[in-house]
Amino acid sequence: MTALPPIIEDWFSQQGWHLHPHQRAMFDRSGDPALLLIAPTGGGKTMAGFLPTLAELAGDSHKGLHTLYVSPLKALAADIKRNLRRPVEEMGLPIRIEDRTGDTPQSRRKRQRADPPHILLTTPESLALLTSYEDAAHTFRGLKRIIVDEIHALAESKRGDQLFLALSRLETLAPGLRRVGLSATVEDPPALAQLLARAPDPCPILNADPGPDPDIAMLETAEHPPWSGGGGAYAIPAVLDQIRQHKTTLIFHNTRAQAEIFFHNLWLANEEGLPIGIHHGALAREQRERVEAAMVAGDLRAIVCTGTLDLGIDWGDVDLVIQVGAPKNVKRLVQRIGRANHRYNAPSKALLVPANRFEVVECVAALEAARAHALDGDPRGPGPLDVLCQHILIRAAAGPFDADTLYDEVKTVGAYADLPRTTFDRCLDFAATGGYALRAYDQWQRLVQRPDGMWQLRDPRGAARIRMNIGTITDSDKLKVQLKHRRGGKPLGEVEEAFAATLTQGDTFLIGGHIVRYEGLREMVVEVSRDKGRKPKIAVFSGTKFATSTQLSDRILAMFRQDGWPNLPPHTADWLALQREVSKLPERDRLLVETFPHDGLHHLCLYGFAGKNAQQTLGLLVTQRMEERGLNPMGFVATDYATLIWGLDPVTDPAPLLARDGLHQALEGWLAENAVMKRTFKTSAIVAGLIDRNSPGGKRKSGRQATFSTDILYDTLRKYDPGHLMLDITRQEAMRGLVDFGRIEQMLDRIGDRIDHLSLPRVTPLAAPLFLEVGKVPVKGSAEDVMIERERKALMDAAGLA
Amino acid sequence: MERTMNGLPFSFAGETLTALPSGALHWPARRLLCVSDLHLGKSERMARRGGPILPPYEARETLTRLDADIRATDPETVLCLGDSFDDLDAMRALEDLARAMLATLMAGRRWIWIEGNHDAGPVDLGGSHLQTHHDAPLSFRHIATPDATGEISGHYHPKARISLKARSLTRPCFLIDDQRLILPAYGTYTGGLHSHRPPLNTLMGPGARAILLANPPLAVPMPR
Repeated sequence: MTALPPIIEDWFSQQGWHLHPHQRAMFDRSGDPALLLIAPTGGGKTMAGFLPTLAELAGDSHKGLHTLYVSPLKALAADIKRNLRRPVEEMGLPIRIEDRTGDTPQSRRKRQRADPPHILLTTPESLALLTSYEDAAHTFRGLKRIIVDEIHALAESKRGDQLFLALSRLETLAPGLRRVGLSATVEDPPALAQLLARAPDPCPILNADPGPDPDIAMLETAEHPPWSGGGGAYAIPAVLDQIRQHKTTLIFHNTRAQAEIFFHNLWLANEEGLPIGIHHGALAREQRERVEAAMVAGDLRAIVCTGTLDLGIDWGDVDLVIQVGAPKNVKRLVQRIGRANHRYNAPSKALLVPANRFEVVECVAALEAARAHALDGDPRGPGPLDVLCQHILIRAAAGPFDADTLYDEVKTVGAYADLPRTTFDRCLDFAATGGYALRAYDQWQRLVQRPDGMWQLRDPRGAARIRMNIGTITDSDKLKVQLKHRRGGKPLGEVEEAFAATLTQGDTFLIGGHIVRYEGLREMVVEVSRDKGRKPKIAVFSGTKFATSTQLSDRILAMFRQDGWPNLPPHTADWLALQREVSKLPERDRLLVETFPHDGLHHLCLYGFAGKNAQQTLGLLVTQRMEERGLNPMGFVATDYATLIWGLDPVTDPAPLLARDGLHQALEGWLAENAVMKRTFKTSAIVAGLIDRNSPGGKRKSGRQATFSTDILYDTLRKYDPGHLMLDITRQEAMRGLVDFGRIEQMLDRIGDRIDHLSLPRVTPLAAPLFLEVGKVPVKGSAEDVMIERERKALMDAAGLA
Repeated sequence: MERTMNGLPFSFAGETLTALPSGALHWPARRLLCVSDLHLGKSERMARRGGPILPPYEARETLTRLDADIRATDPETVLCLGDSFDDLDAMRALEDLARAMLATLMAGRRWIWIEGNHDAGPVDLGGSHLQTHHDAPLSFRHIATPDATGEISGHYHPKARISLKARSLTRPCFLIDDQRLILPAYGTYTGGLHSHRPPLNTLMGPGARAILLANPPLAVPMPR
């Protein structure tokens, strides 16, 4: 056992603190090239990560950067800076600690590159930017350690891929660099460890004591949950009760829209005026910071929030977590629960509020999974190529490079360890020339190969453009919302461009807990005014839509096999029993298909349990096949567990509609023309550097005629260059995410030909809530032209122009 | 499978003109076809200037649509209303295939290039080169002038947004009032300027209409 330097040892005893066993273990193994720590929230993870750094810097006169700390949130970097500076100052250690994020002033950033601090706290994007400078070798010379905090969150997205690629660069710039990952509880620690370590090197895993099991239950409410919807409004009185009984309550929602609606209703019911705030990613930074400050000061009794509060900033004395709506994913539920009682070895307390009857089943399944420590998660597969394309450009911005060397470096990244050279070369060709067939003229080159074989930027000024477009978070579809008549004044938050496009003057909607009235659009800013109404006209703007995980879906299906449901509330158990009586309950290895007439139309309900995104895509696929067969589908609606389709003609044999043959051609063919695919393309096109998010010189051109839709690029590529790399990337992305094609294939493979078709006289209990779902998708043959045709006469008549 | 293209006839300055779904304008009485803002070579110009390397197929795509309109209307005269090329270097760098397509389209027809703000200067592809083309009662120029009558122009790439049941739809459009007609951009890589934004909202007089590109095009009161 290595001894702590006395100066640190003394400080610990002055505080009356003892090292936790995992902190000790991390210190003892600080020489390991890679080390992953899995610890619950509040387990002193940060100290465990930094202790070796403090010890090494305490005695030594290290020059320049010693430790790089990367976290997913800017706020976390700032928070750590505060928390670390105190002990460092009290121990009197000669250590310089600074953070560097998108908010850091230009002058300080420049200085940090020339004269870096001992400890630099940053984000994946800022790190990628640092590696893009010509002086990166100088900045990172002598770097000894890198700490990746909340690595479980980063590893779930392209931000993680970008970070791990940046690590491969750092390894070259500072050989012998030691890597430490700090993670919350995850389902597959070895997979995470492999991402952290230099491939194919091993990465040992340390597990901290997970602490006592959390105290979790469903919230008891006087009123029964409704049949459908996601608001959870029925539970407001019970939630208020809980807020009263606790010091600080975090109320999590799955989407921003739901958080807004719930907060609004909570506020209306909050007669005694308890201090309650709202926090989500679409709110303006100023708004969020105000809430955060109030929370740290202990001024708030409750915060209605979304995933933005999932990560480990210490927000004060939270003693209850309420999850409204089905958690969709057990791992996230467990991590959220950990937000309560941010103290080591104290059980966290959490309550679940199902938003509707079906979610009761899902909540119970999630509770059982959480108690059984059965976490879920889907392997992400090989590293995405759009991120690699960006990485190649970043490398080029830093100076000339050799393709072989870069390829070897990229292969040390776990997610890219199996990357074939041909694929790498395609990405390089894309970065260099756009990767188009039949293009070889000089002006089409972004990168050129020198006579000595090295690659470099054709125009060194290109580096600025590359740097401005670093990052994998694409929020280009968002528009800022601002109060009218306050130029540069109070920003309220953001809404999606697609939502803004549906607004007409006078429409009211919720943002930041207030009802606002849409006034108009000015230079890509949504202008609004305050509205005194009590009920917004339009309540929905979509946030991230999570699909229920495969594992949780399986648990629900397993629960359906029970003879009775003593583990469910009676209202829900009765509902399932009735479904079993009049129809069947869905099973895991079979597909239940119900058909029934209702309201003059024929309905078809598919219980695929494939998650909302896949069920939505399934709706597109099946209605398309119905159209081919002349069955006149009119529309569909999808939830996490089923798709309901309605049309003019009855379906007598659903099997051909679900045939596995031709499914991939469907993805290639008409599905490729779908708006979701175009959105998928756009996201990857931005990440890969096909189109710019930002261009040097700042503002967009004043004439909007300069920009055109990426849909046109997508259509042009499909028509003239169908083998283009960007289209391959789009297809790969479509296997997951919004299209989630992979999950449809899994489902169809699992059920084989075991399709149970029941033709029934009326709506079934399980199908009934689907009729109340929002988000119905009309099936459009030659949609827009047909719609235009219908409107044509009415419009002209109304205007007297006919 | 090609769908039949249905135009929308309307009258302007006493003449009957047809708005085609592609954004071209047909004047049957003069056998004249007019298109605006082709912006051929836009991808080349962006790449040359160090911008993004966009798919270089837009000239082919634009000319393929023009070919279809020419086949459908069999004009004696084709008039390109300016900004036909993204700049003069883009014209010179036009790929061989696009150049050959253009030559085929021009063969046997009177072809007029109106000068635009992007492509001022002579065009070395043949055809005549003019600042303004007058053919009473109409006159054709690139950018609208304040006091003109019977004027047909382009430049602004107008588009308009209309609300249909529970959704809104944005399309490129023709704008028309008593004095002037503004054409939508015909080029593939062209964005648009909303009719409710300046200067379009002040340029167009009261009672202006927008003709949205659709098959057939749809005339509505101009959204302001």
